[in-house]
Amino acid sequence: MILPYPAPRPGPIAAAAMIAAVVLCSTAGEVLTAAAMKSVGDLDDIRAHSGLQGAIRAVLTCPLFFAGVSFLALAFFSLLFALNHLNLSLVAPASASLTLVTNAIAGKIFLKENVDRRRWTAAVLVCIGVYFLAH
Amino acid sequence: MPHANLSPRQYTILLLVAICAPLGDSCLSRGMTTLPAISLAHPATLVAAVFTPWIALGIALLIGFFASYLTALSWADLTYVLPATAFGNVIVALLSRFWLNEPISIQRWAGIALITLGVSFVAQGPSLTERPVDKLLAASGLAIDGPLDQIPELTVPGAIGEEARPR
Repeated sequence: MILPYPAPRPGPIAAAAMIAAVVLCSTAGEVLTAAAMKSVGDLDDIRAHSGLQGAIRAVLTCPLFFAGVSFLALAFFSLLFALNHLNLSLVAPASASLTLVTNAIAGKIFLKENVDRRRWTAAVLVCIGVYFLAH
Repeated sequence: MPHANLSPRQYTILLLVAICAPLGDSCLSRGMTTLPAISLAHPATLVAAVFTPWIALGIALLIGFFASYLTALSWADLTYVLPATAFGNVIVALLSRFWLNEPISIQRWAGIALITLGVSFVAQGPSLTERPVDKLLAASGLAIDGPLDQIPELTVPGAIGEEARPR
C-alpha cells in the first residue's frame, strides 16, 4: 500500500521505536557476524593457503555467519523503513552512535572481548562526536 | 592472533570500511526520500525499492563495505573495528568542507575532533583480545602459520562461536 506523499511525520515514540529496531537488529547481527569471523579464523591466512575461493567457502560454511547476516538484513530493512519516515540527519547518527555503545556492551558480554577503559572512552567519545557532527 | 601493529594493507581495509558505509547510506537516503511513503502492511514494496538506481548504488557500496568489514573482523575485535566505521563520518564531513566548500560549524568541528580522538584511542591499543588459548598456541609454536586443520582442538569457553571450530 502506498501512502499519500509526503507522509505525516511520526511521533517521538514511533521514531524511537524505529531507531531502536535498527540498533537492536544491527547489534545482534554484528555480534553474530564477529563471532562467525573469529570462528573462521584470519581470512588473509586462509586466502594464502586456499585462495579466494577457499576463503569464501570458509565464510559461507559457517552457520553463525548466516544468523548474523539475517539480523543485518533485518537491520537494513528497518533502516530503509526508518529513512522513509525520518530524516537521515536523525536516523544515521542516532543509530550509529547508539549501536557503538550497545556493541561495546554486547562485545564484552557475548564475545568476551577485552573492552578496557581505552575502548569505553573511545566508544563514548565517538558517540558524542557523531551526535555533534549531525547537529 | 593479536596484531599490535596492523600492516598497511589492513589499514587500507579499515579505510574502505570507513568510506563505503557513509557513502552507501547517503545513496540509500537519497533513494528512499524520493519514493512515496511505504506502509508496514505491505513490506513487499520495500523489496521493490531495492531495484531503483540510487538504492542499487547504495547497496553496491554497502556490499564493498561488508566484504571489507568481514575481512577486518577476521583479524580484529568488533570493538576495534566499529570506531573505524564512525570515522567515515569525519571523512564525509572533511570532503564536504574542502571539496564541496560547504561550511562546517564549530559544533561539527568538535564532533570531528571527538571522533578522531576516540579512533586514535582505540588504534593505539591491541586490535585483538589475547585469549589464554592464543598464548598457549604461541608458546607451543603452533599458532599461526599452519593450516587450521593442523591445530589441535583447543576451545575458549564462554564466547559465542568459539566452540564452533578449533582455533
